[in-house]
Amino acid sequence: MSTAACAGVRPDSAHPWVATPATIVRIDQEVPGVATYYLELCDEKARSDYRFQPGQFNMLYLPGAGEIAISVSGDPAAAGPYAHTIRRAGNVTGSLWQLKVGDKLGIRGPFGSGWPLGECQGRDVVLVAGGIGLAPLRPVIYSLSKWENELGRRVLLCGARSPETLLYHSQYLQWIEAGWQVETTVDRASPDWNGHVGAVTLLLERLRSVDASRAVLFCCGPEVMMKFSAMVALRRGWSADRIWISMERNMQCAVGWCGHCQWGPAFICRDGPVFRYDRIAPFLDVPGL
Amino acid sequence: MAGELADSSSRKKEALFANREEFARIVPLLRERGYAVIGPTIEQGAIVYAPIDSVEQLPIGWTDRQEAGMYRLERRADDAWFGYVVGPFSWKQYLFPPHTKMSESLLTAEGWEFRAVEDDAPMYAFLGVRACDLAALAIQDRVFMNGPYVDPVYEKRRRRALTIAVNCTQAAPTCFCASMGTGPHCRYGFDIAVTELSDGFLLEVGSERGEEIVSGLATSAATELQMAEAHQRRARAVAQITRKLDTHDIRNVLLSQLEHPRWQHVAERCLSCANCTMVCPTCFCCSVEEVADLAETRVERHRSWDSCFNWNFSYMNGGIVRQDIRARYRQWLTHKLASWIDQFGVSGCVGCGRCITWCPVGIDLTEEVAVIRGEAT
Ligand SMILES: Cc1cc2nc3c(=O)[nH]c(=O)nc-3n(C[C@H](O)[C@H](O)[C@H](O)COP(=O)(O)OP(=O)(O)OC[C@H]3O[C@@H](n4cnc5c(N)ncnc54)[C@H](O)[C@@H]3O)c2cc1C
Ligand code: SF4
Ligand code: SF4
Ligand code: FES
Repeated sequence: MSTAACAGVRPDSAHPWVATPATIVRIDQEVPGVATYYLELCDEKARSDYRFQPGQFNMLYLPGAGEIAISVSGDPAAAGPYAHTIRRAGNVTGSLWQLKVGDKLGIRGPFGSGWPLGECQGRDVVLVAGGIGLAPLRPVIYSLSKWENELGRRVLLCGARSPETLLYHSQYLQWIEAGWQVETTVDRASPDWNGHVGAVTLLLERLRSVDASRAVLFCCGPEVMMKFSAMVALRRGWSADRIWISMERNMQCAVGWCGHCQWGPAFICRDGPVFRYDRIAPFLDVPGL
Repeated sequence: MAGELADSSSRKKEALFANREEFARIVPLLRERGYAVIGPTIEQGAIVYAPIDSVEQLPIGWTDRQEAGMYRLERRADDAWFGYVVGPFSWKQYLFPPHTKMSESLLTAEGWEFRAVEDDAPMYAFLGVRACDLAALAIQDRVFMNGPYVDPVYEKRRRRALTIAVNCTQAAPTCFCASMGTGPHCRYGFDIAVTELSDGFLLEVGSERGEEIVSGLATSAATELQMAEAHQRRARAVAQITRKLDTHDIRNVLLSQLEHPRWQHVAERCLSCANCTMVCPTCFCCSVEEVADLAETRVERHRSWDSCFNWNFSYMNGGIVRQDIRARYRQWLTHKLASWIDQFGVSGCVGCGRCITWCPVGIDLTEEVAVIRGEAT
């Protein structure tokens, strides 16, 4: 697997393992247990140099707690602060929850391969997101919303546990106005929900508005969900080399040194997290890899 | 050319001879030039690489007997200084140390400040580097220095280190460097290469730094006879290598056999003790730990060796990805021999045999590969 070009510009640091300070300038509660932290790099030069590609991630460091991989979830064209949408999980995210606007943390990045927006040129684009998996896809929505004629149809298929956990739902109207077809589904409906119920793959199964044979699919969510989405897409006539997924493994360095993120032949931090499906399909079927 | 890695391959090899007394002077000579000399010495029943200040600390007159799961020191019939093969240590102990303080964070009035910790390691001279270990150094160079990111700790230590290779004149039954194309003859990557003869040492210079050191010793041009003796001694090591690993198309062979029943077979023997990864000269997996003072105003990040055999190595989202030993051994072997090629363009195995010797239950990767290839049962 080739080393992905690190297209983003990372904050200047002589030591790849040393973080750059950043200030939390805003915190938006999204859905229960998920909040978006807007981070501003303290150093002026680092701030003006920082660029990221949709799908890339940063390592966020809380001294004493640890360091975690978090995708950048904002608009790549905006100059910052940089949005990070974070689900409260365990130790580090739990400590992050204690922080307020004005607090500082460390940041390293951006790292990894991004979604290949170039592949969307002249094609229909379908984004399939499960839960927090929408966060790394949101920069794609921001970017492609600005494209005019170069694109076919734009579709976002979104799955969540329940209606109140549909991430970024207050933005859906905006996206629809920008030309997106937004479809949602939940695992568990509430009494006032009259949308779809069931896995997000069902939405993909039923999707009729795109020409599958020429469409691009970007998918992010739990591993089984991505695996089934790819299977459905293939059945629907997608070409395996036009499906991309974003993988996840324990990460401690993000630069190919700690070995934790290995998955088959790849370092997910370096060669991923975004992979073209046909290149990694055999490994998705191997449990415990 | 301080700071340059030795490129011995491009230099013409004019062999010199130093007698034992003269060669013994190399240790003080190196120390005078500011090097901390690390060489083979006996500790707790094994030959390890440790700081030495005189050749008297070398394992003079000792040899190592090795088999799968077995290592023992024995007296030699002669007083050879380098009459052993390899022990449980490798040079990674010094270039990629088991524990390193990487960075520190200070809580100031303006919030956290992050800084790198300046590595204060001495300038090393490695005495007694085997051919397989030269290859292992070159592999770790690829991991830590030749990618898009450079590890400053490794790089500084490596660029300053002087490498004195010693050709093998015997091999252990666990050695398979010939299969991996790494040995037993030291051909590149050294500042000085040495072949031990009955009455002294044949020296080959591999770099300007090496040249400068050798010029401090009283040497003579090696005679035909001395060259022939060196050749004959090195040939003995070649002849003693019996273990083999078939590397043909090995990347595809292993990555297409991820569900082979042999993984379960090995899992029933493997203790997941991680010995194999600790002794392996190329394994680089590590973890980072937070070390805070009581007030939590000063926090250090410490990097320690970790292993894909440790149960929580693949922890993610509240669970473990590689839940059983089958998955962990498979990860280790396929990484070492297959995916390493995708990642770094070379195999991660140099055929030193350490993992075979130091496995408490004697698991032998060459045998596992042969079975997976369908060559044995
Ligand atoms: C490329 C990538 C992008 C990600 N993007 C996001 C995102 O945008 N939003 C979000 O909420 N989460 C994201 N995650 C997952 C996030 O990293 C984990 O939820 C987080 O590490 C959990 O840390 P914790 O200390 O709170 O949990 P604990 O369960 O206490 O975990 C302890 C440690 O294990 C490691 N770890 C645990 N789970 C993961 C994991 N899934 N991935 C990597 N390391 C892990 C971390 O070092 C963590 O500190 C991403 C993961 C990866 C690999
Ligand atoms: S895998 Fe075993 S034989 Fe190969 S380099 Fe590592 S310790 Fe030596
Ligand atoms: S192969 Fe041997 S040395 Fe390695 S983890 Fe298993 S029992 Fe330990
Ligand atoms: S996160 Fe350390 S190797 Fe990828």
